[in-house]
Amino acid sequence: MHHELIIAGFGGQGIMFAGQLLTYTGMMEDRHVSYIPSYGPEMRGGTANCSVVISEKEIGSPIVTDPGILVTLNQPAFDKFAPTVKDGGLIIYNSTLINGELPGEDVETLAVPASKIADELGNPRITNMVMLGALIKKTQMVSLETILDSLEKVLPEHRHNLIPLNKQALEAGMEYTEDKL
Amino acid sequence: MAKVLMGGNEALAEAALRAGCRHFFGYPITPQSEIPEYLAKKMPQLDGVYLQAESEIAAINMVYGAAGAGVRVFTASSGPGISLMSEGISYIAGAELPCVIVNIMRGGPGLGNIAPSQADYNQATKGIGHGDFHLIVLAPNSVQEMADLTMLAFQLAEEYRNPAMILSDGLLGQMMEPVEFNENPPKEKDKPWATRGAKGRDPNIINRLLIEAEALQKHNLKLQEKYQLIKETQCRCESYLAEDADILLAAFGSCSRMAKSAVEMARSRGIKAGLVRPITLWPFPEKEVAEAAKGAKACLVTEMNEGQMLLDIRLALKGRIPIHFLGKSGGIIPTPGEILEEIERIEVNLRG
Amino acid sequence: MAEKIAARTEALTENPFHYCPGCAHGIIHRLVAETIEELGVREKTVGVASVGCSVFAYNYFNMDMQQAAHGRAPAVATGIKRVLPDNFVFTYQGDGDLAAIGTAEIVHAAARGENITVIFVNNTTYGMTGGQSAPTTILGQKTTTTPYGRDPHVNGYPMGVSEMLSTLGGVAHVSRVSIYSPAQVNRAKRAIKKAFEVQREKKGFSFVEVLASCPTNWRMTPQDALKWIEEKMLPIYPLGEFKTAAEEGK
Repeated sequence: MHHELIIAGFGGQGIMFAGQLLTYTGMMEDRHVSYIPSYGPEMRGGTANCSVVISEKEIGSPIVTDPGILVTLNQPAFDKFAPTVKDGGLIIYNSTLINGELPGEDVETLAVPASKIADELGNPRITNMVMLGALIKKTQMVSLETILDSLEKVLPEHRHNLIPLNKQALEAGMEYTEDKL
Repeated sequence: MAKVLMGGNEALAEAALRAGCRHFFGYPITPQSEIPEYLAKKMPQLDGVYLQAESEIAAINMVYGAAGAGVRVFTASSGPGISLMSEGISYIAGAELPCVIVNIMRGGPGLGNIAPSQADYNQATKGIGHGDFHLIVLAPNSVQEMADLTMLAFQLAEEYRNPAMILSDGLLGQMMEPVEFNENPPKEKDKPWATRGAKGRDPNIINRLLIEAEALQKHNLKLQEKYQLIKETQCRCESYLAEDADILLAAFGSCSRMAKSAVEMARSRGIKAGLVRPITLWPFPEKEVAEAAKGAKACLVTEMNEGQMLLDIRLALKGRIPIHFLGKSGGIIPTPGEILEEIERIEVNLRG
Repeated sequence: MAEKIAARTEALTENPFHYCPGCAHGIIHRLVAETIEELGVREKTVGVASVGCSVFAYNYFNMDMQQAAHGRAPAVATGIKRVLPDNFVFTYQGDGDLAAIGTAEIVHAAARGENITVIFVNNTTYGMTGGQSAPTTILGQKTTTTPYGRDPHVNGYPMGVSEMLSTLGGVAHVSRVSIYSPAQVNRAKRAIKKAFEVQREKKGFSFVEVLASCPTNWRMTPQDALKWIEEKMLPIYPLGEFKTAAEEGK
């Protein structure tokens, strides 16, 4: 397996955290992994994005320019990155905030009302985890168990009280996606 | 030891600590600030010294003092700061003091910008300051190598009593990858020449003023002998699918990662591409590069500058095959797709 | 057999000084060396020579020495002292080195309270390069680069380094002394000793400015040069202790 992803959204939507968590989980599952935060002028442009590569072989370029998978949490990020997705690629988007109209590319889309689901769970800040749940259900890239193990490592001790909520969000994203498969 | 996921700059700083380095003198500049920030946190816990100097000029001279007093010491900066350090680096090289200098390169010239770049290749490899001297220059291309080559830099610096530089860039500094730290960091060498107080012995003098021409020439010849020895024994280079390659790519540091992806894309299209990656930029692995290019019909050098290592590749290949160049500068990183296009163009030409 | 009543301090080597006749560096070297010997710390002292006439100081001080780039001696001394906090570290700098190119380094070493001693030799000129004007050149003074005399509208004003440094928090001792008479030489010696004692007590940065003569570049006889310090320099650079953390009576 070889996955090249871009995760993108607003600064503050937990984009970087989701990317790091996914990367860490890939490492725990003995894959080659790399993660790069958005680096350049777009850092100040209101959108945040990161490149994640998870692969069975050694990684060449850690920078993803034409992603196989795009996970996007807001409209500007969708508009910016959707046209870069490879033919045959996948876009998972937060349909609460995104009108997912594509200019007719050969890509698969999965609409997840992640902000709505997160609100229903009582915390809009776990939208990123709902999206991550949808991603792993759809692609089987890594397992839920390993993500939960990774959360313990990635979150500082004093944030461990948030693990159950994150787990709920991941599971909600997975459940929603299961119905769509 | 288990792998940990770390940013490149943090991994470099952690490797220095694990190599036993307890003295750091620096000055803030993007994109290397994670290094001083990491050390500012860790050094006090280890009874080490983290000192933010008033300038890069002061920082490198503090390194000179501490290295002369006989400890493992390092500093980190980026292009503009390294330029300011160049006088001090010349003193350190002249006085034959071991230390490590890190350059997390950014776009230049002048203040340039803070995006990743490889524009300081010439500065690092062609004598960073005044006088006849060389730094040992190591160019990592992964977070793992940010750690490994930092430990190696301390070892080589002490072995040859010469400053060693890690030449990296903002991309490697910011990216996260798994890293496993070497559990047997290089042992520190005895330093009987250090100025730690002349107790029961004649005074030690750390000095690089030799007013008599003959004496200075003699010192320079001694340095040249040392450089020759380093050239003969310390060249490091890696090649990938080079044996049967028609088109050999040459790239160093972060750029070699894009080049590697381009080689794989070319191979999947039936083009025999390969890659040679110098790891030591000084000494430049001339023989190894020439060996990798033995069967190649053309070479493509790709760098995040306007053609600096290109000149060393030309010298190494001695005009035997055509050498093409793809450079991006100002903080732009060549994409594997762009490199592939160039490979395809060269391939069409080769077929005539 | 004659009784031995005076001897060269063991903190100086036997190398004859290269300084010009009437130059003050020889006296000041001896005062520093005697102090180090009297305190019994020669074997744990590291000196830092700077750039200027005293660049060869490492040939004369019989102890571990490092030679620093122009102006950078306080930074080099900082590096040494942070490695060896229990050793004695001093710099020996002239006015071009300390008050022009090395202004940032001296101010910040002082502000950090680096526990080092700085001996600052102020002779109002760049001696080694041939008598050019320095930040400490007094108004009206002729040098090779102020051939019509220092004009404040063109060259600015002389810099009172002791006054400036004594305002900084990290500074434990600042005094200005001279060597124009035997009595002043004795006073200079006491000030230097006090500065090293401040370092021994780990009280912070200590600084002694020594007003010195440069007969060669001033184009004077040694005697006239000493008189010139007293008559021309003292009104601009008053002697005294500007600040001290030293305990009285020590």
